[in-house]
Amino acid sequence: MTVRALASLLLLAASSALAAVPAQNALEPHGVQALAIHDLWRLTLLVCTLVFAAVLAAFLYAIWRAPRSKERTAPDVAVLDQPEPKLRRPVVIGVAVSAVLLVVLIVADFVTERRLAHLPLKDAVRIEVTGHLWWWGVRYLDDEPSRMFSTANEIHVPAGKPVILKLNSADVIHSFWAPSLHGKKDLIPGRTALLHFRTDKPGVYRGQCAEFCGFEHALMAFTVVADPPEQYEAWAARQRQPAPAPVTDLQKQGLAVFMRSTCAMCHAIAGTEAGARLGPDLTHLASRSMIASGTLPNTRQYLAAWILDPQRFKKGANMPPTPLSAQDLNALMAYLETLK
Amino acid sequence: MSADANNPVLDRSWSDPPGLIGWLSAINHKTISIRFMLTTMGFFAAGGVLAMIIRLQLARPENKLVGPDFYNQLFTMHGTTMMFLFAVPVMQAVATYLVPLMIGSRGIAFPRMNAFAYWIFLFGGLMLYIAFILDIGPDAGWFAYPPLAGPEYSPGKRMDFWAQLITYTELSGLLEAVILITTIFKMRTPGMTLNRMPLFVWTMLVTSFMVMFAMPSVMLASTALITDRLVGTHFYNPAEGGDVLLWQHLFWFFGHPEVYLIFIPPLGFMSSIIATFARRPIYGYPVMVLAVIATAFLAFSLWVHHMFATNVPELGKSFFTAASAMIAIPTAAQIFCWIATLWAGRLNFRTPMLFALSFFFILTIGGLTGIMLASVSLDLQVHDTFFVVAHLHYVLIGGAVFPLFGAFYYWFPKFTGRLMSERLGKWNFWLMFVGFNVAFFPMHIAGLRGMPRRVYTYPAEMGWNLLNLVSSIGAAILAVGILLFVINVLVSRRRGEVAGADPWGAGTLEWATASPPAPGNFAQPVVVASRFPLWSPGGVAGVVRGLADDRREVLVTSVLDAVPNHRAMMPESSIWPFVSAVAVTVLFVGSIFTPWAVVWGAVLATPPLIVWFWPKRKATQMNLEREVKP
Amino acid sequence: MNDTRIPSQDINVARLPTYVFGSHSMMWWGTMGLMLIEGTVFAITVVVYFYLRSHSQTWPVDPPPDLLWGSLNTLILLASMVPNQLAKRAAERERRQHARWWLLACLAFALAFLIVRVFEFSALNTRWDANAYGSVVWMLLALHTTHLITDTIDTAVLAVLMFTGPLEGKRFVDVSENAMYWYFVVGSWLPIYAVIYWGARL
Repeated sequence: MTVRALASLLLLAASSALAAVPAQNALEPHGVQALAIHDLWRLTLLVCTLVFAAVLAAFLYAIWRAPRSKERTAPDVAVLDQPEPKLRRPVVIGVAVSAVLLVVLIVADFVTERRLAHLPLKDAVRIEVTGHLWWWGVRYLDDEPSRMFSTANEIHVPAGKPVILKLNSADVIHSFWAPSLHGKKDLIPGRTALLHFRTDKPGVYRGQCAEFCGFEHALMAFTVVADPPEQYEAWAARQRQPAPAPVTDLQKQGLAVFMRSTCAMCHAIAGTEAGARLGPDLTHLASRSMIASGTLPNTRQYLAAWILDPQRFKKGANMPPTPLSAQDLNALMAYLETLK
Repeated sequence: MSADANNPVLDRSWSDPPGLIGWLSAINHKTISIRFMLTTMGFFAAGGVLAMIIRLQLARPENKLVGPDFYNQLFTMHGTTMMFLFAVPVMQAVATYLVPLMIGSRGIAFPRMNAFAYWIFLFGGLMLYIAFILDIGPDAGWFAYPPLAGPEYSPGKRMDFWAQLITYTELSGLLEAVILITTIFKMRTPGMTLNRMPLFVWTMLVTSFMVMFAMPSVMLASTALITDRLVGTHFYNPAEGGDVLLWQHLFWFFGHPEVYLIFIPPLGFMSSIIATFARRPIYGYPVMVLAVIATAFLAFSLWVHHMFATNVPELGKSFFTAASAMIAIPTAAQIFCWIATLWAGRLNFRTPMLFALSFFFILTIGGLTGIMLASVSLDLQVHDTFFVVAHLHYVLIGGAVFPLFGAFYYWFPKFTGRLMSERLGKWNFWLMFVGFNVAFFPMHIAGLRGMPRRVYTYPAEMGWNLLNLVSSIGAAILAVGILLFVINVLVSRRRGEVAGADPWGAGTLEWATASPPAPGNFAQPVVVASRFPLWSPGGVAGVVRGLADDRREVLVTSVLDAVPNHRAMMPESSIWPFVSAVAVTVLFVGSIFTPWAVVWGAVLATPPLIVWFWPKRKATQMNLEREVKP
Repeated sequence: MNDTRIPSQDINVARLPTYVFGSHSMMWWGTMGLMLIEGTVFAITVVVYFYLRSHSQTWPVDPPPDLLWGSLNTLILLASMVPNQLAKRAAERERRQHARWWLLACLAFALAFLIVRVFEFSALNTRWDANAYGSVVWMLLALHTTHLITDTIDTAVLAVLMFTGPLEGKRFVDVSENAMYWYFVVGSWLPIYAVIYWGARL
């Protein structure tokens, strides 16, 4: 590897610290639970570091002060018959102190467990998250069925209010993990798991699938956007609307391209005849910041390239390439941009 | 004392025949063990190469060195190789060389079964690697969770090879466990009561019992996976009453004890090496024995800590937190006893000792991160991230691989008659030590900062770039260190300093034999009166007379106090273990492709097994001439 | 550590026996090891049965197995313990003639229970690929059947050996240990029978 290549690598490594990206970091807790876990982390890290330092110090001191020997140095075998009380004391104390510290850590864990579990759930937003092979289906639940709506890969929540996630899987085991908000929970086919969380600060948080789920496990990210409550309500109200009807000719052409290509076989757009649920719901595609489950930014350029050949960006994804003429592609993009 | 005196008659009796047929018929425990050790270290090297490719891919974000399909095979093969084809088998291999020597025996129990276990192991590993090279290797992780590893999401034969590999390696491991338990309980030389046994023998005894309770779980699990995949059973299919988590319970009920199968024998290496290089017995022998037994029991009560992110009941999880933390206590006791031994000893810092001492740094860190993982709350953040990758490598490499390398440096002169180079050894050690820490420490941080496991790439903006680059550089340094070990072995085989019987001035019985030992180990078996027969005055209290030299005769003694009970005739060398292993391989590989292979494969495998057992007229005649009835 | 219980002198073992029966023989330990392993497999499979049961609303999903063949086989297996014990005793007394005939008697029982076992499979009223209940019931029965088959083959080989030779004292130990394995195969059947046939009716 040349010096130049190494230097550019280091530059890239350093520059990554400058780019702003939504927080996906257990050491940068924002959610209420992540904060509680972080408190436990700091206590545990402190205790463990002190223990390590003590053990290492004892060990290094022991090997530093002991006399040296060679292979033929006579072994001290008389100790086989003797009780050695000078050695017994420190060993007993060491074990006793270790046991006490372990109990402290266990108790601290139990206390944290209770903190995590006792989240008041009044007026919680209820969201059903379904894991798919390499994307996240999201459905907002409501007592009033007509107020339910679907989206994918981007979850909005009101800051300051509790959220209950119902986690299912449509295929294999996945795991929902947004470390700045909470610990992870597995999505297991045949079982429904629950995850509650709350964040009091508006912000954008990133998460990733954390259970190996095959080919593109590495590219199965999602975003959680915490909005101030009024902003959240506005967003939800928009999401409940069906897609607007296409206005210009180009947009109408675009919808036609959508319906006659393979798109409509997997994707739903509320307000059109496309109702399949094999792929993410696209009703409000243009309102999302990322596509392909957090893989690419949602810009015209990337979206077009993705549609033409998803395999280029996410090899093995269940979405086939869609060869389109430049004209059709242009129309399709014009239509998709209306799906705010 | 004439334990290593020349006895050509004895040598001839215990030698394996020459030639190719002789090589395939060999059953001397040392011969099989050397093959076994070389094979497991070959798999270690292969697993290491796979890891280097992984680290090359992860050195840069969004790297295109390998794609997701090959990457998923890489980490599956790396984990499967290290866990099933290296870490446990190598411990059993080393044990089958040393245990008979340490207990003063001329041989091992069930020597033909020992050979069969080796062949089965070899053929299983070969099957897996042939599949990998032909691009039909497994790719759903070494832990193979359904439904991903099931028939719907892993079509084809890839995961069938994985599941069948389990059958092979666990069969081999179980047979070795029976062999070791029988050898340790029944073949100890007179005077070697249980509490005079070397600590390494205790660790192998305890490990072997654990094997017998743990391995059946994964064999059942993998058999159920094969039947789900091949003949349509529904063990793991929730749509028909099965349960996805059933796999995880069965797998981890094995999987957690498995890591202790890997960790406990090296505790025995540590005790052997430290005693010799501190010139005194390990402090606290009863504590050391009880600690190992306690660890073994507790190891079976931890498995759900691998499942904290699932929806098993929360109250249950708390029990497993407590148990997972408590298992640290017996290990802590052992660490303190060793430190006390070092404190009160006189130290010689040869290469084996360096490797043993590094345990105190590396394993301690690994154990402490283990305590962090024991907490459900913390685990829910770092589970399935690079934090766990760091933890597992700290405990397995620090707790098992470093002591194993120390063991190789320590016992190489016994195996080959020559010492390894100290100079190369020190370079080897320091490169491994530095390389290992540089490679794996940053992973703790990467995991906390949000990097999940088993990802073939990561975005450039996440802030993980430098951590990964540093890890990859460390891995390269570690690889160079390991390469130095290989060079040291190759060079020292030919040109190492001649060792003699006891180059280290050690105290246990294996050092009373020649280096390498004669085929029959002990020209005259001894009666012992001490834990360190070569150190204590009167440690060897006498010799055993009356054991035949012109036959493979061994002395069988009582379990607790090694009082002589009877003389057993060990079998002659035989090709039938090899032939049976080939037949069983046809059965195992065939049944990946059709369930009927179970039937005709069994028909094929039964005759060689019967011939293996069937007594030979000549041998029976000779035995009858010397028979003494009970 | 000098233990004065052991005399500080040489030991001469030339007149020790060259084979023994019972727990001092290595074959006993090998057989015990196998029983421990297989017993663990059975125990875990039974746990799997109850685990799957605890996760399902209706159990069994199909009608429970007919009691006739399974109960009949249980009786046959229990009865087989008689020739088995007599073969063991004959072996321990090194009575080759008696050992021969009792081993043949065991084989007759083996033939009977293998035939009935075939009927048991068809009377399970479920298929291995119907649902998880069917899968675990077939697995339990198949695992035990594997042991019936291997025990039958072992016994047959020993029976032939008792006729043809070559025989030395150690072979009688093999016959005695085989009897112990036979006890294990019968003994392990009882809980499995209970689970397959009565567990479904709880």
